[in-house]
Amino acid sequence: MTVRLQREDFDIGAEIARMTAGRTDIGAVASFTGICRGSEGVVAMTLEHYPGMAEAEIQRHVEEARSRWPLSGVTVVHRYGRLQPGENIVLVVATSSHREAAFAAAEFLMDYLKVSAPFWKKEERAGGDGWVEARHTDAVAAERWTAEGSTQDGRKPEAAE
Amino acid sequence: MKLVYFAWVRERIGKPEEEIDPPASVRTIGDLVTWLSGRGEEYAYAFENAKVIRAAIDKTHVKSDAAIGGAHEIAFFPPMTGG
Repeated sequence: MTVRLQREDFDIGAEIARMTAGRTDIGAVASFTGICRGSEGVVAMTLEHYPGMAEAEIQRHVEEARSRWPLSGVTVVHRYGRLQPGENIVLVVATSSHREAAFAAAEFLMDYLKVSAPFWKKEERAGGDGWVEARHTDAVAAERWTAEGSTQDGRKPEAAE
Repeated sequence: MKLVYFAWVRERIGKPEEEIDPPASVRTIGDLVTWLSGRGEEYAYAFENAKVIRAAIDKTHVKSDAAIGGAHEIAFFPPMTGG
Protein backbone atom coordinates (compact mmCIF):
# COMPACT_ATOMS: atom_id res chain seq x y z
CA MET A 1 0.00 0.00 0.00
CA THR A 2 1.47 3.32 -1.02
CA VAL A 3 0.22 6.83 -0.20
CA ARG A 4 2.31 9.73 -1.48
CA LEU A 5 1.91 13.50 -1.66
CA GLN A 6 4.27 15.30 -3.97
CA ARG A 7 4.79 18.41 -6.07
CA GLU A 8 6.17 16.54 -9.06
CA ASP A 9 4.24 14.63 -11.70
CA PHE A 10 3.72 10.87 -11.50
CA ASP A 11 4.15 8.14 -14.12
CA ILE A 12 1.00 6.00 -14.24
CA GLY A 13 2.69 3.14 -16.10
CA ALA A 14 5.59 3.03 -13.64
CA GLU A 15 3.24 3.02 -10.65
CA ILE A 16 1.24 0.11 -12.06
CA ALA A 17 4.39 -1.79 -13.08
CA ARG A 18 5.75 -1.47 -9.53
CA MET A 19 2.51 -2.94 -8.13
CA THR A 20 2.35 -5.90 -10.50
CA ALA A 21 6.04 -6.78 -10.91
CA GLY A 22 6.79 -10.43 -10.15
CA ARG A 23 3.21 -11.26 -9.19
CA THR A 24 0.92 -13.77 -10.84
CA ASP A 25 -2.02 -13.49 -8.42
CA ILE A 26 -3.20 -10.11 -9.69
CA GLY A 27 -5.91 -10.38 -12.31
CA ALA A 28 -7.21 -6.83 -12.32
CA VAL A 29 -5.78 -3.32 -12.18
CA ALA A 30 -8.19 -0.36 -11.95
CA SER A 31 -6.77 3.13 -12.07
CA PHE A 32 -8.24 6.63 -11.92
CA THR A 33 -6.32 9.76 -12.88
CA GLY A 34 -7.65 13.23 -12.08
CA ILE A 35 -6.44 15.95 -14.46
CA CYS A 36 -6.49 19.75 -14.16
CA ARG A 37 -9.17 21.17 -16.49
CA GLY A 38 -8.72 24.39 -18.39
CA SER A 39 -12.44 25.08 -18.69
CA GLU A 40 -14.06 28.45 -18.00
CA GLY A 41 -10.87 30.43 -18.47
CA VAL A 42 -8.79 28.64 -15.83
CA VAL A 43 -5.10 29.26 -16.56
CA ALA A 44 -3.75 27.41 -13.50
CA MET A 45 -4.73 26.08 -10.10
CA THR A 46 -2.92 25.82 -6.81
CA LEU A 47 -3.55 22.90 -4.50
CA GLU A 48 -3.08 23.61 -0.81
CA HIS A 49 -3.02 20.75 1.69
CA TYR A 50 -2.70 20.06 5.41
CA PRO A 51 0.61 18.19 5.73
CA GLY A 52 0.35 15.15 7.95
CA MET A 53 -3.43 15.08 8.02
CA ALA A 54 -3.79 14.64 4.26
CA GLU A 55 -1.62 11.51 4.30
CA ALA A 56 -3.37 10.19 7.43
CA GLU A 57 -6.87 10.67 5.98
CA ILE A 58 -5.97 8.93 2.73
CA GLN A 59 -4.26 6.10 4.63
CA ARG A 60 -7.36 5.69 6.82
CA HIS A 61 -9.53 5.23 3.75
CA VAL A 62 -7.04 2.85 2.13
CA GLU A 63 -7.34 0.70 5.27
CA GLU A 64 -11.13 0.94 5.03
CA ALA A 65 -10.99 -0.16 1.38
CA ARG A 66 -8.77 -3.11 2.29
CA SER A 67 -11.28 -4.22 4.91
CA ARG A 68 -14.13 -4.04 2.38
CA TRP A 69 -12.58 -5.72 -0.65
CA PRO A 70 -9.92 -8.40 -1.27
CA LEU A 71 -7.19 -6.13 -2.65
CA SER A 72 -3.67 -7.07 -3.65
CA GLY A 73 -2.45 -3.49 -3.55
CA VAL A 74 -3.45 0.17 -3.47
CA THR A 75 -1.49 3.23 -4.59
CA VAL A 76 -2.66 6.81 -4.08
CA VAL A 77 -0.55 9.73 -5.30
CA HIS A 78 -1.86 13.29 -4.83
CA ARG A 79 0.00 16.36 -6.07
CA TYR A 80 0.06 19.80 -4.46
CA GLY A 81 1.35 23.18 -5.54
CA ARG A 82 0.63 25.05 -8.79
CA LEU A 83 -0.70 23.00 -11.69
CA GLN A 84 -1.61 23.98 -15.22
CA PRO A 85 -4.48 22.64 -17.35
CA GLY A 86 -3.64 19.19 -18.67
CA GLU A 87 -1.42 18.27 -15.74
CA ASN A 88 -2.11 15.27 -13.52
CA ILE A 89 -3.56 15.96 -10.07
CA VAL A 90 -4.29 12.60 -8.47
CA LEU A 91 -3.79 8.90 -9.13
CA VAL A 92 -5.62 5.99 -7.50
CA VAL A 93 -4.68 2.42 -8.46
CA ALA A 94 -6.30 -0.67 -6.94
CA THR A 95 -5.25 -4.22 -7.79
CA SER A 96 -7.04 -7.45 -7.03
CA SER A 97 -7.61 -10.98 -8.29
CA HIS A 98 -10.83 -9.89 -9.97
CA ARG A 99 -12.18 -6.69 -11.45
CA GLU A 100 -15.14 -6.05 -9.12
CA ALA A 101 -12.94 -5.33 -6.08
CA ALA A 102 -10.45 -3.25 -8.07
CA PHE A 103 -13.14 -1.07 -9.69
CA ALA A 104 -15.11 -0.61 -6.46
CA ALA A 105 -12.07 0.21 -4.30
CA ALA A 106 -10.75 2.78 -6.77
CA GLU A 107 -14.13 4.54 -6.91
CA PHE A 108 -14.60 4.36 -3.13
CA LEU A 109 -11.17 5.90 -2.56
CA MET A 110 -11.78 8.75 -5.01
CA ASP A 111 -15.21 9.49 -3.53
CA TYR A 112 -13.76 9.76 0.00
CA LEU A 113 -10.63 11.57 -1.08
CA LYS A 114 -12.85 14.31 -2.53
CA VAL A 115 -14.78 14.98 0.66
CA SER A 116 -12.42 14.09 3.49
CA ALA A 117 -8.78 14.54 2.47
CA PRO A 118 -7.70 18.08 3.44
CA PHE A 119 -6.89 19.62 0.05
CA TRP A 120 -8.19 22.91 -1.35
CA LYS A 121 -8.06 24.15 -4.94
CA LYS A 122 -7.64 27.78 -5.89
CA GLU A 123 -8.17 28.63 -9.54
CA GLU A 124 -6.37 31.38 -11.43
CA ARG A 125 -8.36 33.15 -14.14
CA ALA A 126 -7.71 36.26 -16.19
CA GLY A 127 -10.28 38.07 -14.03
CA GLY A 128 -8.72 37.02 -10.72
CA ASP A 129 -8.26 34.08 -8.37
CA GLY A 130 -10.94 32.14 -6.53
CA TRP A 131 -11.27 29.13 -4.25
CA VAL A 132 -13.18 26.20 -5.73
CA GLU A 133 -16.41 25.53 -3.87
CA ALA A 134 -17.19 22.04 -2.62
CA ARG A 135 -19.81 20.30 -4.77
CA HIS A 136 -22.87 18.80 -3.16
CA THR A 137 -22.74 15.92 -5.67
CA ASP A 138 -19.35 14.89 -4.21
CA ALA A 139 -20.87 14.64 -0.72
CA VAL A 140 -23.73 12.56 -2.13
CA ALA A 141 -21.28 10.25 -3.93
CA ALA A 142 -19.35 9.57 -0.70
CA GLU A 143 -22.56 9.15 1.32
CA ARG A 144 -23.60 6.23 -0.87
CA TRP A 145 -20.78 4.08 0.59
CA THR A 146 -22.07 4.35 4.15
CA ALA A 147 -23.85 1.42 5.79
CA GLU A 148 -27.29 2.81 4.99
CA GLY A 149 -26.42 3.46 1.39
CA SER A 150 -24.38 0.43 0.35
CA THR A 151 -25.68 -2.90 -0.83
CA GLN A 152 -24.84 -6.12 0.97
CA ASP A 153 -21.96 -7.06 -1.26
CA GLY A 154 -20.30 -3.69 -0.62
CA ARG A 155 -20.84 -2.46 -4.16
CA LYS A 156 -22.08 1.01 -4.79
CA PRO A 157 -25.78 1.27 -5.59
CA GLU A 158 -27.04 3.39 -8.45
CA ALA A 159 -27.43 7.10 -7.80
CA ALA A 160 -30.88 8.04 -6.58
CA GLU A 161 -31.10 11.03 -8.91
CA MET B 1 -2.56 25.32 21.95
CA LYS B 2 -1.66 25.81 18.33
CA LEU B 3 -4.24 26.86 15.76
CA VAL B 4 -3.69 26.32 12.03
CA TYR B 5 -5.79 27.72 9.21
CA PHE B 6 -6.14 26.71 5.56
CA ALA B 7 -7.44 28.08 2.25
CA TRP B 8 -9.82 31.06 2.58
CA VAL B 9 -10.00 30.72 6.36
CA ARG B 10 -6.23 31.36 6.40
CA GLU B 11 -6.55 34.25 3.95
CA ARG B 12 -9.36 35.94 5.88
CA ILE B 13 -7.58 35.65 9.25
CA GLY B 14 -4.35 36.75 7.61
CA LYS B 15 -1.99 34.15 9.09
CA PRO B 16 -1.39 30.42 8.70
CA GLU B 17 -1.03 29.60 12.41
CA GLU B 18 -0.84 31.02 15.91
CA GLU B 19 -0.56 30.02 19.55
CA ILE B 20 -3.57 30.81 21.71
CA ASP B 21 -4.53 30.45 25.36
CA PRO B 22 -8.33 30.61 25.55
CA PRO B 23 -10.16 30.92 28.90
CA ALA B 24 -11.32 27.74 30.65
CA SER B 25 -14.93 28.44 29.64
CA VAL B 26 -13.98 27.61 26.04
CA ARG B 27 -14.56 23.86 26.07
CA THR B 28 -15.61 22.83 22.57
CA ILE B 29 -14.79 23.61 18.95
CA GLY B 30 -18.03 25.62 18.81
CA ASP B 31 -17.01 27.63 21.88
CA LEU B 32 -13.62 28.28 20.31
CA VAL B 33 -15.19 29.58 17.08
CA THR B 34 -17.39 31.96 19.10
CA TRP B 35 -14.42 33.13 21.18
CA LEU B 36 -12.20 33.64 18.12
CA SER B 37 -14.96 35.53 16.32
CA GLY B 38 -14.87 38.12 19.09
CA ARG B 39 -11.13 38.74 18.70
CA GLY B 40 -11.38 40.99 15.66
CA GLU B 41 -13.08 41.63 12.37
CA GLU B 42 -10.74 39.31 10.46
CA TYR B 43 -11.86 36.40 12.67
CA ALA B 44 -15.52 37.46 12.48
CA TYR B 45 -15.18 37.48 8.67
CA ALA B 46 -13.52 34.04 8.56
CA PHE B 47 -16.18 32.49 10.80
CA GLU B 48 -19.19 34.51 9.61
CA ASN B 49 -20.85 31.37 8.23
CA ALA B 50 -19.74 29.04 11.03
CA LYS B 51 -21.70 26.04 9.82
CA VAL B 52 -19.57 25.64 6.70
CA ILE B 53 -16.29 25.70 8.65
CA ARG B 54 -14.65 22.32 9.22
CA ALA B 55 -12.36 21.54 12.12
CA ALA B 56 -9.74 18.97 13.04
CA ILE B 57 -8.14 18.19 16.39
CA ASP B 58 -4.63 16.77 16.14
CA LYS B 59 -5.20 16.00 12.45
CA THR B 60 -8.52 14.15 12.86
CA HIS B 61 -11.87 15.53 11.65
CA VAL B 62 -14.19 16.58 14.49
CA LYS B 63 -17.62 18.17 14.83
CA SER B 64 -18.35 21.48 16.55
CA ASP B 65 -19.36 19.81 19.83
CA ALA B 66 -15.95 18.08 20.19
CA ALA B 67 -14.09 18.88 23.41
CA ILE B 68 -10.80 20.72 22.92
CA GLY B 69 -9.22 19.79 26.26
CA GLY B 70 -5.83 18.18 25.71
CA ALA B 71 -5.63 19.23 22.05
CA HIS B 72 -2.18 20.18 20.76
CA GLU B 73 -3.19 21.42 17.32
CA ILE B 74 -6.62 22.57 16.14
CA ALA B 75 -7.23 23.29 12.46
CA PHE B 76 -10.01 25.31 10.82
CA PHE B 77 -10.68 25.12 7.09
CA PRO B 78 -13.42 25.26 4.43
CA PRO B 79 -15.03 22.14 2.91
CA MET B 80 -12.39 20.16 1.05
CA THR B 81 -11.96 20.26 -2.72
CA GLY B 82 -9.14 17.84 -3.50
CA GLY B 83 -9.06 14.90 -5.88
